[in-house]
Amino acid sequence: MKEKKLFYTRFERFWHWAQALLIILLLITGFAVHGTLPLLPFGKAVLLHNQLAWLLIGLTVFAIFWHLTTGQWKQYTPTLEKAAEMVCYYSRDIFKGCEHPVKKDVDRKLNPLQRITYFLLKVVLFPFQVITGLLYMYPDSLGKSMDIGTIASLHTIGAFAFLGFLIVHVYLATTGETVWSHFKAMITGWEEIEVEEGIEQI
Amino acid sequence: MDAKGLNFSCTRCHTENGHQVEGRYYSTPATTNHSLAMPVDSPSRIACESCHSAHPHKDRKNSTILNNHTARIACETCHVPLLARKKPTLVWWDWSTAGKFKEGHKYIVKKDALGKVSYHTKKGDLGWAKNIQPEYAWFNGVITHVLATDKIDDSKPVRLTILHGDKNDPHSKITPFKMMRGKQVYDPVNKTLVVPKLFGPKGSGAYWKDFDWQKSVAAGQQAVHRKFSGKVGFVETEYLRPVAHMISPAEDALSCESCHSRNGRLKKLTGFYMPGRDHSKRLDRIGWLSCLTLLVLAGLHGVGRIITSKGRRNS
Repeated sequence: MKEKKLFYTRFERFWHWAQALLIILLLITGFAVHGTLPLLPFGKAVLLHNQLAWLLIGLTVFAIFWHLTTGQWKQYTPTLEKAAEMVCYYSRDIFKGCEHPVKKDVDRKLNPLQRITYFLLKVVLFPFQVITGLLYMYPDSLGKSMDIGTIASLHTIGAFAFLGFLIVHVYLATTGETVWSHFKAMITGWEEIEVEEGIEQI
Repeated sequence: MDAKGLNFSCTRCHTENGHQVEGRYYSTPATTNHSLAMPVDSPSRIACESCHSAHPHKDRKNSTILNNHTARIACETCHVPLLARKKPTLVWWDWSTAGKFKEGHKYIVKKDALGKVSYHTKKGDLGWAKNIQPEYAWFNGVITHVLATDKIDDSKPVRLTILHGDKNDPHSKITPFKMMRGKQVYDPVNKTLVVPKLFGPKGSGAYWKDFDWQKSVAAGQQAVHRKFSGKVGFVETEYLRPVAHMISPAEDALSCESCHSRNGRLKKLTGFYMPGRDHSKRLDRIGWLSCLTLLVLAGLHGVGRIITSKGRRNS
């Protein structure tokens, strides 16, 4: 039996899309500062990049608060359970039209690979990029301990990691029931899932 | 200066104390005090910072960023975008072509498109320019010069001004300079610059009367009690002069991109990281290749899904 459930609350959707927009704009302005994308002049790119960075930090503060108060942070607890099946699914079973090995529900929104990836994203990449970004913004705080070139390079590595994540994330979003079902769910909040009959759903 | 505004006279900045006028770049820096100077506590007001402070940018979106630059960038670097914006400035003086006459004894005087003298029998070829980009160098305010007693290397243009300071010296700032080039008379045997005698009565060796470099240099060197081999030659020389006047207001100052770009004005000042100009080519290559690989893998995976799902549907 199929049932429609509210998977993503209004705040989650706002957070997700605002974050997506900010990260994409940060990539564009960041690579303009880096001299790779001449889409906008350096001076404007720096100012915009810094403002976007503060917006993303602000959004992240709200998101952390939301995750802590709603207990949703538990969704990101990394697990290796069924991780191997997930790898098999993406590398083989998906081509055979097999079913997704992990049943999704509102209290288990993320598959083990997502959990590991998002956990690393939140616990490693985000802080890494914020710290290197702030040091880059306030180079006086570096003193003589580190050269601004090193900070810039580290921040660029982080940027490439975000870009890589974005590519894979957008692609994997097409692997739902239909190509668009995950996108629709993230816009409307509602997702249709298979539920076992006879078990009372809350 | 700024006749319609503050209308400063020279001595407003070039203060003097016991006939010591502030503001000459010789071996002693014109100023070592790059901080606010009130008339009561210090008579020296020769630096921009003396009145404007070291953090003069305010009420702008990027004030903080600009103020972060003042420790290592001289004010003039951004606030003198081009040299000789109103009147032409002399950039080339070739003494070796002096001494040509027309009709036997008449001076030749030619003028260029700017209306300036481009050749004069007494001076040689002169080159003038307007709206030129300064040269940039790390500079701590100390300049020493090649002296007439110093041995020179005449195999290449001789740099007459020796700028002190470098990127590792915390007192050095990136500073703009006017480059003056020329060809001047020297002693190719002793390998020194020489003092020619230019004016004086006919027969005294004065170049502007006798037009004979050998006699002129012999007389000049004798007057300053220095050696002269008797041979003269011409050597190309370069002279860098710090730029401290013709300051532009913020709206005409350099934009960030003037330097923060791949081929910006500070292209030649290497050895330190400047955002927008510098980047690790290897890091960028690895980064873009990784992202491209992910994109290709995702594409292939997608194509695989399309083909296999069609296959399933057909069967």
